Amino acid sequence: MTTDHDPLLAGLAAMAVPAPGHLLDAVAARWARVPGPAGDVFVATTDLGVAYLRTAGSAEEFGGLFRARFGRPLLPARRPPAGLLTALRTGRAGRVRLDLRGLTPFAASVLAAAGTIPRGETRPYGWIARQAGRPRAVRAAASALAANPVPLLIPCHRIIQADGVPGDYVFGTSRKEALLRLEGANLDEVRGLAVTGTRYLASDTTGVVCFPSCRNARRITPAHRHGFASLTAAGRAGFRPCLHCQPA
Amino acid sequence: MDQTANAPDRIAAELAADLDAGFAALFAAYQNVLFSTALRICGRWADAEDLTAAAFLRAFRALSGYDRERIASLRIRPWLLTILLNASRNQVRTAARRPREMLDAELPELEARGASAEAQAERHETSRELAALLGRLPDRQRAAVVLRYVADLPIAEVASVLGCPPGTAKSHVSRGLRRLRELQSDRVFGDDRVLQTEGENPR
Repeated sequence: MTTDHDPLLAGLAAMAVPAPGHLLDAVAARWARVPGPAGDVFVATTDLGVAYLRTAGSAEEFGGLFRARFGRPLLPARRPPAGLLTALRTGRAGRVRLDLRGLTPFAASVLAAAGTIPRGETRPYGWIARQAGRPRAVRAAASALAANPVPLLIPCHRIIQADGVPGDYVFGTSRKEALLRLEGANLDEVRGLAVTGTRYLASDTTGVVCFPSCRNARRITPAHRHGFASLTAAGRAGFRPCLHCQPA
Repeated sequence: MDQTANAPDRIAAELAADLDAGFAALFAAYQNVLFSTALRICGRWADAEDLTAAAFLRAFRALSGYDRERIASLRIRPWLLTILLNASRNQVRTAARRPREMLDAELPELEARGASAEAQAERHETSRELAALLGRLPDRQRAAVVLRYVADLPIAEVASVLGCPPGTAKSHVSRGLRRLRELQSDRVFGDDRVLQTEGENPR
């Protein structure tokens, strides 16, 4: 009884089909090495988008980190994902797609909030915990930022201590400070204000109170500028929270 | 369907040397047999893609924990198909899937083939009908028939994938074939009779 003579067996044999061409991309990620704002970085991309970005001494080291975290095969990419180089140069994720599967809902909210901070500005850790819906979970928010799978694309470096000290960073605190300076953040000013107990700046022309790194705060001329240690004090003085930097 | 006769040895060597590159070779060598098996077992194209991807991912994760000797001693094809079948059972369980109702799905793969339009249409018809009939087999018989005649595995490998002695595998295959032939001859006499045969409460 061979397939040559038996139509049923021939029919069954003809039911074998080639796998669709895109199937490998549903399993394996692809790596590329690209220039970043502070040295080369390695990125791993899946069919959904960029899943992982790290600095590493070698492709092998990056592969080890990736495999330990994602348990997926990692193959070389033919070219970096579309838009990535621009995104790294400008500090805006823009049209780069991200694959953020595997994050806890809280970590996803933390990173989503971090993604809204514009280049050149910073926010305190307490702000991000509040934006993520758990105002008291400041440490948990910091951990979620430290585990950011795609730093630079999600700018977790823009979350700093309320006193203007950069704080921890997945690529080290000195890289964090360098990045922020490169982006034109007013770290020194934030720090100088914090020394005198000022955490918020308000404008008596707009009636709005901001974080000192907010683009609206940086526009206030000295004659119209008022410093506050707390939002409560600013509120008592008649100022409402800025809609851009959302201090409350 | 195992295009390259020396594939298992070559791939085991590549896996031992470099897991990622070896995996790419493993995928290239076995994607068609896994996908064909998945498609004919679960019946739907999109499910078969998910199932095949999930099986390869499981395989990779398992391989990450294996040492060189264990990889070298693997019988790769039945090992992969065992993972696929386990994954399909989980998928069916978790999604409470009813593969039998889905087997008349479209068969987009046939358009990709180089055959003449007429031969293609004929094969399309045959495949569609056979797919529907396969869906009526009990799970084990369907798996046995698909592994033996769609994936073209020798009985020893079918047995290894099903986790049973070769004699048992053989009887699953032959019972499955017999049932398919019965269903086919029922079809010749029209769908009414098939429905009656299949009906829960024949009057």
